[in-house]
Amino acid sequence: MDYFFTEQQQMIIDTAREITNEKIIPLRAELDEKNQFPRAILEDMAKADLFSIFVPEEYGGLGGGCYEIVLALEELARGCVGVATSFAASALGIFPVMIAGTEEQKQKYLPDIASGARWAAFGLTEANAGSDASGIRTTAVLDGEEWVLNGTKQWITNGGESEIYSIVALTDPSKGARGASIFIVEDGDPGFSYGKKEDKMGIRSSSTRELILKDCRIPKDRLVGKRGTGFITVMKTLDMSRPGIASLGIGLAQAALDEAVIYAKQRVQFGKPIIGFQAVQHILADMAIQLEAGRALVYAAARHIDSNPKDMSKASSMCKVFATDMAMKVTTDAVQVLGGYGYMKEYPVEKMMRDAKILQIYEGTNQIQRNVIGQELNKEYS
Amino acid sequence: MHIIVCVKQVPDAKDVRLDPKTNTLAREGVEAIMNPYDRHALEEAVAIKEQQGGSVTVLTMGPPQASAVLREAIACGADQGVLISDRAFAGADTWATSYTLARAVQTLESFDLILCGKQAIDGDTAQVGPGLAHRLGLPFATCIQKTRRVSPEQIEVERMMDDGYDVLRLPLPALLTVVKDINEPRVASLKGKMRAKKAEIRTLSAADIGADPQSIGLAGSPTQVVRVFSPEPRGDRRIFSGSVEEQVDQLVACLKAHL
Repeated sequence: MDYFFTEQQQMIIDTAREITNEKIIPLRAELDEKNQFPRAILEDMAKADLFSIFVPEEYGGLGGGCYEIVLALEELARGCVGVATSFAASALGIFPVMIAGTEEQKQKYLPDIASGARWAAFGLTEANAGSDASGIRTTAVLDGEEWVLNGTKQWITNGGESEIYSIVALTDPSKGARGASIFIVEDGDPGFSYGKKEDKMGIRSSSTRELILKDCRIPKDRLVGKRGTGFITVMKTLDMSRPGIASLGIGLAQAALDEAVIYAKQRVQFGKPIIGFQAVQHILADMAIQLEAGRALVYAAARHIDSNPKDMSKASSMCKVFATDMAMKVTTDAVQVLGGYGYMKEYPVEKMMRDAKILQIYEGTNQIQRNVIGQELNKEYS
Repeated sequence: MHIIVCVKQVPDAKDVRLDPKTNTLAREGVEAIMNPYDRHALEEAVAIKEQQGGSVTVLTMGPPQASAVLREAIACGADQGVLISDRAFAGADTWATSYTLARAVQTLESFDLILCGKQAIDGDTAQVGPGLAHRLGLPFATCIQKTRRVSPEQIEVERMMDDGYDVLRLPLPALLTVVKDINEPRVASLKGKMRAKKAEIRTLSAADIGADPQSIGLAGSPTQVVRVFSPEPRGDRRIFSGSVEEQVDQLVACLKAHL
């Protein structure tokens, strides 16, 4: 379907596609098998200016919005969701600075993010704070001209690979969520180190790691936004980033559909290619229908968000749920179409099915997204 | 450091077919691409520029539509593109082409290094690089697989050989032709693509480069293509196995059977 992209959007799609075809697809199986971070591929993306898409022009970026990020991520995810996640996590990690940072912070960090010289990561989740983000225990105490952070962050994407971390910590523990603030912690800061590296079911090329803050001392000016406004910034950050996760589902499902159709045309059983059988055709048709519906919803949500509406949570959550549940279904169906071959590592669809699962879990489980949508509906009809 | 990269627009080898009736290349509907070896020469030039500073000029001879490869090169990091284009250049063989390129290079600002792909995938001659060096009186080396060190005065490189490589040091200016092992070309950047779209391509005609009419195009080409044909398919091959003695016995038996 023609979505009438602008010339710049088409250029972004083409560039991401070249990276996917030339750099990601040839290496994805090996990166998956070896649990290996795709440093060289991210450097190629940086050279191709992909990291500049989401940075405003005055800081060396291309000034693209949510829609442009979504288009790039969709293409990258067609190659590998692990690689695409590593890229997306850098955007997620720097959004707090873009949303609430001071001019000095933007000057200091955004040009490096745009050029890909430094990558970012987002540190919210803790052992006891997953869906209930208000359960975080990490604290930040002002000591003279420095903040002192203590706590452990868990499952942080790009942990140990990025140089810039947005860390959510309690500055007023008695106030709960209203006592949270965001800080920039840099690789090499005293008291900041990396812990356990996770061994995951899917997106194995991405790094998922513990961040350890032990009397980590950072300058006073690393506070992002006003003290106590951390959770508001977190919510805005996630509203902006969720369509990106949704687009990973779109790219992944597209890749799975491509593999399934190509296989069904080649595989001969009972004397003809299996695409000639209605039972197979219907599976493929349903995959295509769901995929295109998901794509249309993600693009619509991204454009809605770029119009800077008062409330974007519902649209953001809806596209995340639909596209990622769809990706799980479509990748599972792709394995079914390929049958026994689909279950083998010689074919890429088993990896796609493993990669799909995380999309329903991270950046807010799909159950939490439904909570958000439900609460918004409740408000709308009051 | 000013580096000149010579590139050629060629039909994509993936699509090339011979017209069985005329025995010529069927070019219609075949996508034109930058000669793959030239992509590696360009990448090396851009990498040297990033390390040493300076600029990269891409040069191509061809019809007006060949400017597409110059824009692609700018998107990949070149600073400017120069198209040598004139009806009088048509039909040039490698002798006339190297003369024409040499005249064009002499009209450009002074340079430190010229990089070319080892050969073009359509003609496969590998003659234009060395021919250009000869015309310009430059030291040259072919089949370079690695740049070891570059300074304003000299360049140290590795030349691919059948059984290893040679390490060569050349004073600059010099000309090198490169093989694919030398680097992994980058994907054209977004900002590069935007720059390429707006870039002005300088065009040089036969008059602009002061070319001798008898030395260019068909008139300046001593090579005449008499016939183009598909080679006969090779006969059946057999690979013998076993000890050397057994293989020799099998070979002798096979030869006797065919006498």
